Amino acid sequence: MNDDKNKPWLVRRRTIRLLWWVGGLVLAAITVGDLGAHGYTGFVIDGSFAFYSWFGLASCVAMVLFAKGLGAFLKRSDDYYDG
Amino acid sequence: MTVSSVPPGLILIVGALLLPLTVGAVRSAVLLALPLIALAVLWQVPDGPALTIAFLGTELVPVQGTTLGRLFGTVFLIMAFAGGLFAMGQKRNTELVAAYVYAGSAVSVTQAGDLLTILVFWEVMAVASGLVIWSAGTKAAYRAAMRYMMVHLLGGVLLMAGIAGYVVETGSLAFVAMQPESVATWLILIGFLVNAGAPPLSSWLPDAYPETSYSGMVFLSAFTTKTAVYVLLVGFAGSQVLIYFGLYMIFYGIIYALLENDMRRILAYSIINQVGFMVVGIGIGTEMALNGAASHAFAHIIYKALLLMSAGSVLHMTGKRKCTDLGGLFQSMPLTATFGIIGALSISAFPLTSGFISKSMISQAAFDEHLAFAWFLLTAASAGVFLHAGIKFPWFVFFQKDSGLRPPDPPGHMRLAMLFFAVLCIGLGVFPGPLYKLLPFAVEFVPYTVPHVVNMLQLLLFSGLAFFLLLPLMKRTLTISLDTDWVYRRLGQRIAEAVLTQGGALYLGFRQAAVRRVGQAIGLVFRVTGPESVFARTWHTGNAIMAVTAVLAVVLALFFF
Repeated sequence: MNDDKNKPWLVRRRTIRLLWWVGGLVLAAITVGDLGAHGYTGFVIDGSFAFYSWFGLASCVAMVLFAKGLGAFLKRSDDYYDG
Repeated sequence: MTVSSVPPGLILIVGALLLPLTVGAVRSAVLLALPLIALAVLWQVPDGPALTIAFLGTELVPVQGTTLGRLFGTVFLIMAFAGGLFAMGQKRNTELVAAYVYAGSAVSVTQAGDLLTILVFWEVMAVASGLVIWSAGTKAAYRAAMRYMMVHLLGGVLLMAGIAGYVVETGSLAFVAMQPESVATWLILIGFLVNAGAPPLSSWLPDAYPETSYSGMVFLSAFTTKTAVYVLLVGFAGSQVLIYFGLYMIFYGIIYALLENDMRRILAYSIINQVGFMVVGIGIGTEMALNGAASHAFAHIIYKALLLMSAGSVLHMTGKRKCTDLGGLFQSMPLTATFGIIGALSISAFPLTSGFISKSMISQAAFDEHLAFAWFLLTAASAGVFLHAGIKFPWFVFFQKDSGLRPPDPPGHMRLAMLFFAVLCIGLGVFPGPLYKLLPFAVEFVPYTVPHVVNMLQLLLFSGLAFFLLLPLMKRTLTISLDTDWVYRRLGQRIAEAVLTQGGALYLGFRQAAVRRVGQAIGLVFRVTGPESVFARTWHTGNAIMAVTAVLAVVLALFFF
């Protein structure tokens, strides 16, 4: 990994691995933090454990997959209208 | 006439016409001074009508002081100032003059007390913003500007028809709260919604805005859609149909932005997404919701302009706008990247940024009103905003892969404009008090509670996780996505082409056939009744007797059976 040394610190493999670890810890901490900081709830499932964590993740996955599916029908080459 | 009755927008419009006469430092000074003078005048306008003009037996109110008008007028002028600073190096006078006339007209709409004044400035905005797009000088921009004008002039016609009907119904031109319950008020609502980027005509925005120059889109992002938000706030607060329009716009923006490759078109889709949040707030219509919509418009203008300044800087320095061509720019454009990230965090409503203290009010209003479906969708959409704008834009432009491009940060005045708005984004997030004081209703909302901050961080950080987990699915492709504009850009074109290419032959064929048939018909009549025809001859007596005998024989035969 000699060429890795020439890259800026932020994009070296070690840094990226480190960022994944730090990110994972932050996610775990903020999810556990849910226990100590529970807000008002009103719609049944929004009171479930770590609601915002799983709901955020699940809705993003759903949106990306939906966009991907829709893209199969709607995507055209970007010179589509130039012809 | 006192200072308080000078229309603040007019200062910008008239002043803009002086710009071509100035050069160098004077031009820069005029660019910066005009919005500031207008802002000073705007704050002198007292509550209630400040200027009235008798016109054709009615009374027009071009200047009227209201809380909401002051809020929107203020942010429009701050925007014009920062936009002027950013665009100072723009050599095309047309763009700057048009942009200032456009901004001045938007300010004028917020100060107007009657529908006719609104309509006039509405149309000036359409023409001036069309000119901003046009002045980019490319063929693509010319064509996009034409399509843009078509949509907006259509919206203007609908609005005018609605206003005419409204005056007949109510006998008043005053712009006050109304409900969509007659044809006239529906037409007014539709006219407003066209400018808000509502379906089915949303595509005008991502079609036209990204074709502007590096500085043009900064101006465009602020005024048209947010003027629409302003008039919806005044005219249609609490109209439930707006909740559905808004929710559609929110998800339309996210889904199309996820599919998009052009960095400025990603941001264009996210304008519709953000305006969707405001439209939902207006539809909910409670004090909390309206405060949310108004403050979100204020915050949005600033962080969206910051994002577009960042994207504009990249475009200016590299000449490229597609994510597939960009990447790794953080190395040589660290300031642009930092400012872009601050804008991205603000649009995602991260704690300590302006989005956090404004958007949360709309969700809170949905919660308070027990609108479960709206609340869940708004929450999912908040995660989606981080996904499509908050991470996607900075990631693909500044990180992603190394594109090999090493452009420096843009010139000083552009950096300064970005710094100004970055400071405002964080300043509003940390000290929301001054903005809350400008809102139409007393604010009973505390953004910084431990649960709210923790919940928002959970939502955003996990959508960040989703982004990086699904990165293989987000690989950029050299594509665009079809939208409703396909109807007038492709289907309409095909029909027109068919008429032009096939139509002539069809018409000639039809004409020949018709002439031939008419000739045949005339010939037949001539043969039957002409001078040489059967009917024109004299008949022999014997023939007549023969005919009578034949008839009698037939009668006899019938009688016999």
